[in-house]
Amino acid sequence: MSAGAGPQTASEYIVHHLTPLSVGHGFWSVHLDTLLFGGGLGALFAWLFYKAAANATSDVPGPLQNFCEILVEFVDGQVKDSFHGHNPLIAPLALTIFVWVWLWNFMDLIPVDLLPALASVFGVHYLRVVPSTDLNSTFALSISVLFLVYYYSIKVKGGSGFAHEVLGHPFGIKAAPANLLLRIVEDLAKPISLALRLFGNMYAGELIFILIALLPWWVQPLLSWPWAVFHILVITLQAFIFMTLTIVYLSMAHEDH
Amino acid sequence: MNINATLIGQMITFGLLVWFTMNFVWPPLIKAMQDRQKRIAEGLASAERGVHEQELARARAAEMLKDAKQQAAEIIAQAQRRAVELVEQSKTEARAEGERQLHAARAEIELEVNRAREHLRTEVAGIAVAGASKILKREIDAKANAQLLDDLVSQL
Repeated sequence: MSAGAGPQTASEYIVHHLTPLSVGHGFWSVHLDTLLFGGGLGALFAWLFYKAAANATSDVPGPLQNFCEILVEFVDGQVKDSFHGHNPLIAPLALTIFVWVWLWNFMDLIPVDLLPALASVFGVHYLRVVPSTDLNSTFALSISVLFLVYYYSIKVKGGSGFAHEVLGHPFGIKAAPANLLLRIVEDLAKPISLALRLFGNMYAGELIFILIALLPWWVQPLLSWPWAVFHILVITLQAFIFMTLTIVYLSMAHEDH
Repeated sequence: MNINATLIGQMITFGLLVWFTMNFVWPPLIKAMQDRQKRIAEGLASAERGVHEQELARARAAEMLKDAKQQAAEIIAQAQRRAVELVEQSKTEARAEGERQLHAARAEIELEVNRAREHLRTEVAGIAVAGASKILKREIDAKANAQLLDDLVSQL
């Protein structure tokens, strides 16, 4: 409970921790912390994998290449399992989502007060370090995925083919309005469920860490340690689910009915 | 909690990351992995080929060894045969040579005997003529009696 200035009530502490570092007003305001950590983690991902890829050899690989190859092979296997077309975008996209989201989520395992306390030393009084506890991040991914779904649906099936799919399924062309309505619901549900699932899990996880941080110091390790261990599983699982669903949605976009 | 321009910022970051991964990360890593896969497959295949070839070579070596042994045995047998033949041949030749020399010696002896006999004959004839002339105390016309003497010589 060292973050911030002066004594706080429990709810003030929680709200403080969940307030982003925001600049600007209305829609055009931005969360600097989300952009900073999102961009920083993205850069870390890009740098790490670029280092491995630039020195990639078919001889005995080094530890970094080994690590990257494990991830690449894992993602490639997932893509090959669910996606049967040929599209050079899908696998790199899935890898990016998996690693980037995982890194976002990993920020959750850093002690909740550490980075905000450091920031407050430099005069920054609000800092939310986990990008996936920001709806903007999760929606940015899921809406991008939705755009790609539309793009490939139209590209693969053509405009009329796509229109026919929207209007003619699942009940046949005679029930076009009902089909359209269903399709709208479905296409709304996809990005919202994708974004909210990740956001909800991470937000709840973060909240529990914050709640544990409110307890007396001698209880904290007893609770935060098991929760952190459990969270290792959660962050990986959530990243994996996001990736898998993306592959599945894009695979559906490529399938011609 | 509110949705704002952060969304757009994150979308741009995401787009850049995907573009970067697609162009600079994924292809080299996948290529390295596929190359290695190929190399391992090739290595395994060549190892198998090597084992197969070794087996073939071993079989070939055994075959060659067998052939060589057989050939050697044949050569030895032939040589032995030849040796026996040579011994036989030289024996026959020696025998023949011996016989030939014996014949020659015999012929020479006969010739010598004949010559001696001839010589003896003429001498006996001379003696006989001398004896006869002494006995008759007169000179015999050698020419007139040549026929007679020749008859006498051939009867000796």
